[in-house]
Amino acid sequence: MKVGLFIPCYVDQFYPQVGIASLQLLEKLGVEVGFPLNQTCCGQPMANSGFEHLTGGCNENFIDNFAGFDYIVCPSGSCTLHIKEHLHSEQYETQAGQIRKKVYELVEFITDVLKIESLPARFPHKVGVHQSCHGQRGLKLSQMSELNAPGFSKPGYLLNMVEGLELIELDRKDECCGFGGTFCVAEEAISVKMGKDRITDHTKNGAEYITGGDMSCLMHLEGILKRQNSKIKAVHIAEILNSTN
Amino acid sequence: MKHSELSVTFNKDEDRVDWHDQTLWWVRQKRDKAAFQLPEWELLRETASQIKHNVLGNLHDYLVQFEANALKNGITVHWAADADEHNRIVHNILSKHGVQKMVKSKSMLTEECHLNDYLAENGIEVIDTDLGERIVQLREEPPSHIVLPAIHLKKEDVGETFHVHLGTEKGNKDPVYLTAAAREHLREKFLTRKAALTGVNFAIAETGEFVVCTNEGNADMGAHLADVHIACMGFEKIIPKREHLGVFLRLLARSATGQPITTYSSHFKKPREGQEMHIVIVDNGRSTQLGREDFRNSLKCIRCGACMNTCPVYRRSGGHSYHNAVAGPIGSILAPNLDMSKNADLPFASTLCGSCTNVCPVKIDIHDQLYKWRQVLVKEGHADPVKKLGMQAMTFTLSHPKVYQNGGKIGRWFMKNTPFLVNNSLNPWYKQRDMPEPPKESFREWYLKNR
Repeated sequence: MKVGLFIPCYVDQFYPQVGIASLQLLEKLGVEVGFPLNQTCCGQPMANSGFEHLTGGCNENFIDNFAGFDYIVCPSGSCTLHIKEHLHSEQYETQAGQIRKKVYELVEFITDVLKIESLPARFPHKVGVHQSCHGQRGLKLSQMSELNAPGFSKPGYLLNMVEGLELIELDRKDECCGFGGTFCVAEEAISVKMGKDRITDHTKNGAEYITGGDMSCLMHLEGILKRQNSKIKAVHIAEILNSTN
Repeated sequence: MKHSELSVTFNKDEDRVDWHDQTLWWVRQKRDKAAFQLPEWELLRETASQIKHNVLGNLHDYLVQFEANALKNGITVHWAADADEHNRIVHNILSKHGVQKMVKSKSMLTEECHLNDYLAENGIEVIDTDLGERIVQLREEPPSHIVLPAIHLKKEDVGETFHVHLGTEKGNKDPVYLTAAAREHLREKFLTRKAALTGVNFAIAETGEFVVCTNEGNADMGAHLADVHIACMGFEKIIPKREHLGVFLRLLARSATGQPITTYSSHFKKPREGQEMHIVIVDNGRSTQLGREDFRNSLKCIRCGACMNTCPVYRRSGGHSYHNAVAGPIGSILAPNLDMSKNADLPFASTLCGSCTNVCPVKIDIHDQLYKWRQVLVKEGHADPVKKLGMQAMTFTLSHPKVYQNGGKIGRWFMKNTPFLVNNSLNPWYKQRDMPEPPKESFREWYLKNR
């Protein structure tokens, strides 16, 4: 099994440690991982702004980089969902269709494909989980509070394997943080207010760390945390699952 | 003004935003509690969605069937192609009877058509009789929510409004006192008005009757006391059979307010002796929406407002920020159909979190339609030119790996060495958030060295 690691553009540029943790974690779990060097982006920033018709070049570059792998794994629910729902190509539609089926978000790849039952990780802290909407409601990584259906959580399942980690309960377990792509600047006032309210929920319930599967949500929350001089840190779930300190 | 600008104004008073958010979240929690008591909740949603699917596919036949049965029952049926025709029809009925004052209850459609303004221009006074509607009417504001029209107002605001308009004691904000004052004020209107207008929640093709769901009973009070009852409905309000009503009534109030059922679900089938009953069936853009395959499902809406109560953006921007009769997520997918250029901002007033789609009792794919409207609006030329240039530059960069790699490197260098270029008030990110700290190397650069 050969896995292609898809690192979102903003993670590549601003959060290399998340890419490193994802790679090391997969290697630790015995996976053969390749990182195609000419990858760029899933095209979501354009598409969510209404410019999906401009994403052709981006899509073809993605197909070019990833068509050869058995699975494509990405430490972002949002980018994964975008590929799953919107990767198309006039020229290479067959490959695009295959990729849409074999792209996985990191957590669901570990729970659904690798099906691990234990993890050599230690993170002795109180942690609050921020569900990214695209991971949760899009990829169904955990049950959604709106539905009358049995509960489950793939990130929760993995985090519970981590030694010393204590998951905190939130008042609103799956409310959006307000990042929303270009929404975060186009609707700055609401975006920040939503982020502040999420942070208050985590703070009030005793979180030392806020984690999640999407660095974009966490980048937004981290920006507010830093501005507030808060002691709470935002870390990607891969960093926790790869942690041994 | 655009949604983003109106939201800035709304957010100037953060305590009030918190209050608004928590009030609506409380309604969402009530909805959850009521919905989760029914093990068949998700099946009910699916059933309702399928019934509406059938309706939208056979609308012509059901409408004709409804009209025939309504006529048989002695109701006069009118057809209005647009808001203007709707307003003229209502005005003509009133003129025929020499009516200059009318009571009204439970109609968002007349808000959509701006009937009150039209009638006022023609010398007819309309009194909205539902408490929330009356409050906003006295304040000369539009409703901010389709089910809770005055949800943006606190008790204090209502006390002040009633003091000014109804002469209640200054500073008295006791809900019991204020409600009693409103009741007395409205009772007089009910008794003296000869015409009453109501909305329609469901129109049943099989029987030609229509159903109006209310909590205060004002639709009944108005209709039963008046000589003329006019009911206005968007043409999508049709359901095929009376037996389908059970599905919708169980969903409607639970989704809207967390009640098991509305206090009154009143069936109007024929005029009582000496009364005239009219139904105005309105298109006003609905045929166009029906023809847009991607957006057709929006016509399934039963106007419960659940998508507003759950929407994290609505809760923090208020209904008026949507500058449309129907606010929130559902309003944002209906409004561009009515006027693309005026409402081009609304599909962008969302993070696409998807909570609206999950609470929708008729399973409208609201957040997917928001995404699709964005594509339509950009293609129809409603994108901001600066944003368009930015998107084109971004596309070029992300389609060319070498440009992307160098660009990223240069960008990070500037962030590190000239932070004032990004950390300033021109950057909306930086206004209330710090920028991420630029790392010394990208993941790709690390990978090349370490693997």
